[in-house]
Amino acid sequence: MKRVGLFIPCYIDVFYPNAALSTLKILKDLGYEVDYPLNQSCCGQPFLNSGVFSEAKGLAEKFIEIFKDFDYVIAPSASCVATVRYRYRELLKPSKELEKIIANTYEICEFLHDVVKLKELRVSFPHRVGFHQSCHGLRELELGVGSELVKPQYSKVKYLLNLVKDIEIVDLKRPDECCGFGGTFSINEPEISIAMGRDRIEDHKKAGAEYIVGYDMSCLMHMEAIAKRENEDIKFLHVVEILAGADDES
Amino acid sequence: MNHRERAREFLADREYAKWHDEALWFVRMKRDAAAKSVKEWEDLREAAEKIKEHTIEHLGFYLREFAKNASKKGIKVHFAKDAKEHNEIVYSILKKHRVTKVVKSKSMLTEECELNPFLESRGIEVTDTDLGERIVQLRGDRPSHIVLPAIHLKKEQIGKLFEEKLHIEKGNSDPLYLTNEARKDLRDKFLKAQGAITGVNFAVSETGGIVVCTNEGNADLGTSLAKVHIACMGIEKLIPKLKHLGVFTRLLARNATGQPITSYTTHFNSPSKDKEMHIVIVDNGRSEILKNKEHKKALFCIRCGACMNTCPIYRRSGGHSYSYVIPGPIGSVLANARDLKNNGDLAFASTLCGSCTNICPVKIDLHHQLFSYRKEYVQRGYMGFKKRLSYKTASFILRNPFFFLASMKGYKAFYPFLSKMNLWGEGRALPKPAKKSFREIYKEME
Repeated sequence: MKRVGLFIPCYIDVFYPNAALSTLKILKDLGYEVDYPLNQSCCGQPFLNSGVFSEAKGLAEKFIEIFKDFDYVIAPSASCVATVRYRYRELLKPSKELEKIIANTYEICEFLHDVVKLKELRVSFPHRVGFHQSCHGLRELELGVGSELVKPQYSKVKYLLNLVKDIEIVDLKRPDECCGFGGTFSINEPEISIAMGRDRIEDHKKAGAEYIVGYDMSCLMHMEAIAKRENEDIKFLHVVEILAGADDES
Repeated sequence: MNHRERAREFLADREYAKWHDEALWFVRMKRDAAAKSVKEWEDLREAAEKIKEHTIEHLGFYLREFAKNASKKGIKVHFAKDAKEHNEIVYSILKKHRVTKVVKSKSMLTEECELNPFLESRGIEVTDTDLGERIVQLRGDRPSHIVLPAIHLKKEQIGKLFEEKLHIEKGNSDPLYLTNEARKDLRDKFLKAQGAITGVNFAVSETGGIVVCTNEGNADLGTSLAKVHIACMGIEKLIPKLKHLGVFTRLLARNATGQPITSYTTHFNSPSKDKEMHIVIVDNGRSEILKNKEHKKALFCIRCGACMNTCPIYRRSGGHSYSYVIPGPIGSVLANARDLKNNGDLAFASTLCGSCTNICPVKIDLHHQLFSYRKEYVQRGYMGFKKRLSYKTASFILRNPFFFLASMKGYKAFYPFLSKMNLWGEGRALPKPAKKSFREIYKEME
């Protein structure tokens, strides 16, 4: 049996345990042996994206140390996976362990699509959802095709959502515009960050979405924080929560 | 003021900011439709990237070839190492011909070199003839976009400006009326000008000729009437052969404004009879960028402006929020290449969403460029001590489970208090910790 190391970014651990639980449940149901190493915290992304490579290094080394013996490392966060896959080589000395981790680290939806090759799901979600395509998952991990590109449009995550019964995915005016989170950008430039988030929420609401769903909880956290402040009546879920059969109370 | 402060000012008028965002998004949508009408679009981008890569690698060769071939056709070629030399060369040509009035079509290079004030202080009247640039010039403003210089202005603002400067009828902001009034005023300038300055979109090494793309025909009218034509270009404007031009003209107008081609694509291959044509080729820091392996791709830029139209930050902060003459993603990259210390805020004025990289017609990895400038910014010690320290502390906490768990507990315990402090900006509520963290639930499950 393949062993999966679950990587849960620190903010998901604290704020969104259900996204983590859903990831765990789906993988276990599929027959994987899943372990969540308790000494984990952060992949180093906020430091890398802020240019502070020296502070990211220790976290990356720790990540490798914790996850090196697993067959797969899976996280419900596309931007963390993009960091491991595309930034670690710039940060760490070349090694077999590093290459193994880079090859075997997946975002959960990507894993279900590419490795598990999921064909059907026995869950229902009778709601109108707006699908937020977070940038790093879209343009780095290529979970979909950016609207700028002249290529056939496809989304791995939308494919999975379409396996869910009774779900309705609404059409957005701007299908893949950034929500303005951007990690430390949200702290460095809060005014633009919030303006961008507000515009995204408005687009989803105008399209009639009851839920905004996505594969990067950090973007959803940012938008949820804005929606709360503005008393917007809209809910947020990680895609994996729906795939695992989320109920409305979550 | 840094980018954040200028952005905050821009966003203070929510309705205006929204209008600006929508106006540029509309251009992006036109671009998407135009790009999608060309099924080999991605191949074109690839070809354009390769041609630029090759040209930049062999720039010395192509520059010499270009100068040789242009000279053969009677064009006078000048090389300028910096903005000052460029301005002096232009002035000396104008002076020789006793030019007192000059018309100029769009050229971001002359903005970069601050040619207008240089010539004006020497008694030469310079009139920008591109409508957007003319508006900006009448306001004493600067372009906020490289293709749409006056995109930050509403038609009512332009009507007011024309009332004051061109004495048009009051309260009329009909775009057609305003354009006609500007045209009337400009017509007189065209007729009286003894010299014409243009930019250069492409310089063809093989032929020694240059290509200028405009939508208003202003470059054509200016150069046809005046006895001297001075074309100003950066060293990176070269392409090897005429057959390469089609790759770029097909990309340029579609990506810039969603047009299949610019209204005028004019080839200047030699001076007209009894007239003089000069080309001033400017370095002004470009060879420094060329030397830098990681960043020389910035020189591929053909100035289509699409990275601005697609940038969610640019659309919501406006071109004037950038401290460099060229705004948006490519502007931030060029500003960082020139002076990272003083333009460092621009490397961080991005969510690294990557839309600019996807839209760039010559495939400049714009968001990776910004990412790598962030790294250099910190490595060179430009990041403030307080910020450095906060990253150091955060990293220490995250690396040590004991402190990490303690800080999470602290956050939870003090949440009612912390949530009142607007720690994440006024417009965002602080995320509320779940009743039980995943870690706690997981441990119970074990």
